[in-house]
Amino acid sequence: MNLRNTIDQIKKPFGKGQKLERFAPAINALDTFLYVPNHTTQKGAHIRDAVDLKRTMITVIIALVPALIYGIYNTGYQYFIQTGEAFTFLDALIHGSWKILPMIAVSYGVGLAIEFAFAVYRGHEVNEGYLVTGLLIPMIMPVDIPLWMVGISVAFAVFIGKEAFGGTGMNILNPALTARAFAFFAYPTYMSGNQVWVSEASAVDGISGETILGSLASGNEVSYSIFEMFMGSIPGSIAETSTLWVLVGALILIFTGVGSWRIMVGGVIGAAVVGMLFNLWGANELMSFHWINHLIVGGFAFGVVFMATDPVSAAQTTKGKWIYGILVGVFCILIRVFNPAYPEGVMLAILLMNVFAPTIDHYVVQANIKRRKNRMANVTLKTA
Amino acid sequence: MSNDIRIKKGLSIKLKGAAENIVIKAPISPTVCIKPTDFHSVTPKMVVKEGDRVKAGDEIFFSKYLDSIRFVSPVSGTIQEIKRGDKRKILEIVVKPDASNVFKSTKLKDLDAYSSDELKSVLLKSGCWPFIKQRPYDVIADPNQSPKSIFISTFSTAPLAVDYQIALTGQENDFQVGIDVLNKLTEGSVHLGVQSDTTSFFTEVKNVEIHKVSGVHPAGNVGIQIHHIDPINAGERVWVINPEDVAILGRFFQTGKFEAQRTIALAGSGVAKPVYLKTVIGATIASLLQAEDIENAPKHRFINGDVLSGETVSVNNYIGFYNNSVSVIPEGNHYRMFGWLPFVNNNIHSMSRTSLSWLFGKREYVANTNLNGEDRALVVTGEMERVLPMDILPMQLLKECMAQNIEKMESLGIYEVAPEDFGLVDYVSTSKIEAQTIIRESLDLLLKEVG
Repeated sequence: MNLRNTIDQIKKPFGKGQKLERFAPAINALDTFLYVPNHTTQKGAHIRDAVDLKRTMITVIIALVPALIYGIYNTGYQYFIQTGEAFTFLDALIHGSWKILPMIAVSYGVGLAIEFAFAVYRGHEVNEGYLVTGLLIPMIMPVDIPLWMVGISVAFAVFIGKEAFGGTGMNILNPALTARAFAFFAYPTYMSGNQVWVSEASAVDGISGETILGSLASGNEVSYSIFEMFMGSIPGSIAETSTLWVLVGALILIFTGVGSWRIMVGGVIGAAVVGMLFNLWGANELMSFHWINHLIVGGFAFGVVFMATDPVSAAQTTKGKWIYGILVGVFCILIRVFNPAYPEGVMLAILLMNVFAPTIDHYVVQANIKRRKNRMANVTLKTA
Repeated sequence: MSNDIRIKKGLSIKLKGAAENIVIKAPISPTVCIKPTDFHSVTPKMVVKEGDRVKAGDEIFFSKYLDSIRFVSPVSGTIQEIKRGDKRKILEIVVKPDASNVFKSTKLKDLDAYSSDELKSVLLKSGCWPFIKQRPYDVIADPNQSPKSIFISTFSTAPLAVDYQIALTGQENDFQVGIDVLNKLTEGSVHLGVQSDTTSFFTEVKNVEIHKVSGVHPAGNVGIQIHHIDPINAGERVWVINPEDVAILGRFFQTGKFEAQRTIALAGSGVAKPVYLKTVIGATIASLLQAEDIENAPKHRFINGDVLSGETVSVNNYIGFYNNSVSVIPEGNHYRMFGWLPFVNNNIHSMSRTSLSWLFGKREYVANTNLNGEDRALVVTGEMERVLPMDILPMQLLKECMAQNIEKMESLGIYEVAPEDFGLVDYVSTSKIEAQTIIRESLDLLLKEVG
C-alpha cells in the first residue's frame, strides 16, 4: 500500500477546504484510474454490482482494438500496393502507426483537456465517455487528414456536441459522429473524393484510391471481390473497412451486454430489406449493388456496431431500440442510393436517427401510459 | 382459486452466510426500543415521560396527524430514555424491561360480533395497526380509508432473507386467525403470495386467494405480486402486511395481549453463527450476537432488513419494527488497484458480463459495501429494465421523479412502486444511481401534494 500512501499525500492539498480543492475532479480522475476508490454505499442498496462506467467504456475500447489494428495495417497495405513497393506485414503496420497514432494522441489530448476543464469548472467528476469517443474519432477519419483538423473537429464535437447540452448523458448527437460531420462539411476536399483514402496519395501518380461506394456513385464498376470487401483490404476511413474485425468487436459488445444487440440486429434487418427492394428495382449502379455487399462495404458495419449503439444518443426504451436500429439501416441505404453527393450514408443516417430517438421513445412511453389509463378505465367500467 | 405467476426479470444474488434452519431463543435484551423513524412520515406525540412504568401493550406515543394510530410498548418496564435528535426530533424511546413481563389485557368479543369499524378501533388501540401498511406510498395504512384488497407475500427472495415458513413454525393457528381479522377490513379479497415449489402451511390457509409465484428476486416483493394480480390505479388503496405481523394480530385476538414476538434471521458473512433467533420487537442487535461478532463489529456493517433495501444501524442499536432479518456484511472501505479493468476482480458478483463472475455459476459470494465505482451521469440504458418485472419504464420514471414532475410520475406508474422494488436497480446501476432514495422522496412529495 506504499503507492496508495504516496497518492494520498499528493492528494492532500486537493481535499475539502484545502487550497486546490477546485482541481479535485482532475486529480480524482487520475487517481481512480489507478484504484477503484474506497467509497462505500451510504444509502439505498448496501451492496453493488462490480460494473461501473469505467469498466463499461474500457470494454468498448477492447471491442474497438481489433478493427483499429486492422485499420493501421490496411493504411500501410493500401499505401504500398499503390506505390508498388515490396513490403512486409510489419512494414505496413509501421507505416500505419506513423499515420494513426499521432491522430489518436491529438484526439485524446484535445478532448480530455476540454473534459477536464469542464469537470473542474462545473465541479463534477470526469466522465469516462470520452475514452471511447476519443478513440472513435480518428478511426472514422480519412488517413491523410491534417492533425489540426482532427483537433478542431474534436473541439467542436466536445463543445457543441456534448458540453453545450450539459455534458455526458445529455447530448443528443453522437459526439464522434459530430466530429466527423463537422470535418465533412468544413473541409470537404479532405473528406471525400478519390485522393484522400490512401495515405500520401497525392504523391503517387495515377492512383485509384476511390472507395467502392464512391466509384459506384460515379457509375463505375467495382474491382474488388466480396472477400476483399469482407476482410477490409479496400480504401476507406481508417478502421471502417474490415467487416470481419468489426464483427469481432460486435461479438464482444453483445456478449458483455455493453452494446445493444437489438440496435445492431435492427440495423442489419433495415438495411438488408431496403437493399433487397432496391435490387429488384435496379435503376442505377448503387441500386443493383447486391444487398449483402451493401452490408459489408463502407462504414455501415462500423457505424451500426459502434456508433448507433451509443446508449446516450440512441433510443433508450427496449422497443424504441428496435425501431431506431431498423430506421438507421433503412436511411443508410436510402441516402447511399438517392443522394449522389453522399455516397456513404451511414454517418448521416445515424445523426438523423439520433435526432429522432427521443421522438421514438416518446411514443413508446406514451403507449405505456395509455395501457395504464386503459386499465383504470376498465376498472371504473366494472364498478359502474 | 390459484393463479400462477412467473417472474423472469430480476436477479437472485446468492450470498454467503444464509441463516441455518435452527430457531433458538435469544437472551433477553437489556433494553428495548421503539424508533418513530421506522414509521415513515409519522410525527410522534409522546404520552409517556422518562421514568414512567409501562406494561407490554401500553401506549407510548401516537401519530400527530392521524391521532387514532397508537404505538405501544412491546415489553413491560420503565421508560429509560427518550432520545432526541436535531430540532428535538424524537429518535428512540428506550424501555428497560422488568422481570415480571406483564401485559395490558384487552377484553375481546367473538370476531364475528365486530363490525369493520369496531374492529378497526380495537386494532388501533391495541398497537397492532402500525403493522398494516398501504400502497401507494409505503406508509402506515390510513384507517379512514378502505382498501380494495389486502396482500401478504409469504416469502422473500432478497439475498439472505428470512424464510417465513421457519419463522412462523408454531404460529400457524395465529396466522389463520390474523387472516380472518384482515378479511373483515376489506370488501375485496385477502391475497396470499406463496412460493410455487414449496409445500408450506401457507398453501393450506383458508379464506384467502392463494397465488403461486415463482422466479427470481424481486418475485417475493409484495409490490411485484400486486402488480401482477390486481394492479393499483390512481386513487386506489391496497394494504399490505408481513406474515409474522399477521400472526401477532391473530394472537392478539385470541389472548387480548400484544405479544410482539419477532423471529429474526441473523445472516451474512459477518456473523459466526447465522441462525434464526426468537426475540421481541425492538431488542438490541447485540443481544442476537455471539461475543466474537461484537468483537469484529467495527469491520462490519449491520443492516436492519436485507442487503438491498435495509437500513444501516450500529451494533448498539435496535432491530426495527418491521424487519425479520438482520444482515451483517463486511465494510468495503478499501481501494482496489486497477479494479475498473474488465474481467478483473471476478470474485465480486456482477450481472454484467464485463466480469467473469457469471462463469462461477451458483457460487455464494461474500459481498462488501464498496460502491465498486463512483456515481456518474446516466449513460447505460436497458439494465434497469432487466431487474424490474413490472410494466413500468424504470429509467423514464426515475427521470421524471428527479424532475419532480408529478403528472408524469403518476402516468408512468409511481403509485405501483415502493422503494424496495428498486433495490435491484440500485444494485445493477452502472452509474450508481440511488433509485430507492429517489423513489422514496417522490412518494413523499406525492403524499404531501396529492395524498
